[in-house]
Amino acid sequence: MEHIFDFSQVTTWFHDLLTLTLGLGDFWAILIECVLVGAAVLGAYSVIAMILIFMERKVCAYFQCRIGPVRVGPWGLLQVVADVLKMLIKEIFFVDKADKLLYIVAPFLVIFGSVGAFCFLPWNRGAHILDFNVGVFLLTAISSIGVVGIFLAGWGSNNKYSVVSAMRSAVQMISYEMSLCLCLITAVILTGTMQVSGIVEAQSGPWGWLIVQGHVPALIAFVVFLIAGNAEANRGPFDMAEAESELTAGHHTEYSGMGFGFFYLAEFLNLFIIAGIAATVFLGGWAPIQIGVEAFDEVMQYIPGIVWFMGKAFLLVWLLMWIKWTFPRLRIDQILKLEWKYLMPMALINLVLMTVVVALGLYIK
Amino acid sequence: MNFTLLITVVLTAITLVAGAYVVAKLLGPRSYNKVKGEPFECGIPTRGSSWIPITVGYYLFAILFLMFDVETIFLYPWAVVVKEFGTMALLSIGFFLLVLVLGLAYAWRKGALEWK
Repeated sequence: MEHIFDFSQVTTWFHDLLTLTLGLGDFWAILIECVLVGAAVLGAYSVIAMILIFMERKVCAYFQCRIGPVRVGPWGLLQVVADVLKMLIKEIFFVDKADKLLYIVAPFLVIFGSVGAFCFLPWNRGAHILDFNVGVFLLTAISSIGVVGIFLAGWGSNNKYSVVSAMRSAVQMISYEMSLCLCLITAVILTGTMQVSGIVEAQSGPWGWLIVQGHVPALIAFVVFLIAGNAEANRGPFDMAEAESELTAGHHTEYSGMGFGFFYLAEFLNLFIIAGIAATVFLGGWAPIQIGVEAFDEVMQYIPGIVWFMGKAFLLVWLLMWIKWTFPRLRIDQILKLEWKYLMPMALINLVLMTVVVALGLYIK
Repeated sequence: MNFTLLITVVLTAITLVAGAYVVAKLLGPRSYNKVKGEPFECGIPTRGSSWIPITVGYYLFAILFLMFDVETIFLYPWAVVVKEFGTMALLSIGFFLLVLVLGLAYAWRKGALEWK
């Protein structure tokens, strides 16, 4: 893996530039770095959101035999920019009888849940923002703050449909979190670490990707993770929370302009985060394909890690969009039945299967 | 450094929301009338309070979730050391998982997983 570019060279160089060359104190150096990190996160977050919105509209259009946005800009590329501008110049107003505090706090929580989880994604070797030793555990903890946000939004808006939507999304998201956690645990058993960078490193050898290394149990975990993740992001056939034909727009009915924009943004980013985590944990993140043949491996290593990561992530995003625009919406009882009677028992059995595989050394080393 | 970054991320998220709100407030028009302040719901005037009692089914699943999620938390530290402990890890967690599965089986049998 010696050819993979290590991004920490850049960060170390920059830190040295600030402290040694410019002679700044630790406090100022770290402050500047943190501001830059924040700006980078904001930039990446909004750019990816725009790409996803455009992609969703195009993918949806092709699935429905339409051509999608084509008029604004070349190939309709500026459509999303126009949408965002429109959203920004809409008036923000509050419902009179809403629970003001909950109503205002909700978007903050939703965005925090999604930005927090977003920062855990490893873009390249050394290019991750948060890399705790309890990585995936903290990741699930932070991302579930989003549930609270959605619930508060629905409850605070003083709208019966929103309350129903809040209840539905809460019960759905907490239920599917079980399978999500169990699948991550299954992966952690094989990698032996919860640190996100460690998980990727553990998959970087020949035939190292987790779904290859852990064969059957890892493959089952991957599929269950994708289904549960799709439900966790409130998308696809699981979008009970904003079933527009029955609940107007669910929890964000009473939000105008940018207030609604945040929920929209978070939904798309959660889709990317789910795809990104699945790509990181099961498909090797930035690790290139390695098959043990030296010439092939070397060539693959020259492709930058970020290309691998984005490639895998967007492949999964596309898969989830395909699912969304293919299947009809489920009912709430069907959603809960799928989770509690099929996915969770399956994930539990799979966990034991993975333990057996690892304990007896049956995985591909 | 990790925790500094975590705080940075928190602040970034807050800045994003607050910043976009401020920009929207500055750019957007402002007007008020009484009808606009009413909840939209489905287009007709709302009757009564919206904070009404909801089916108990939701709470049942919330309680089940609480139970299983706490047990999942205990599985994380165990999962990290499975590779080192080998067969011993399987035996040691076997009893724990058995209780977990029995709990699920009990809830299933009692009909707690049915949506009524």
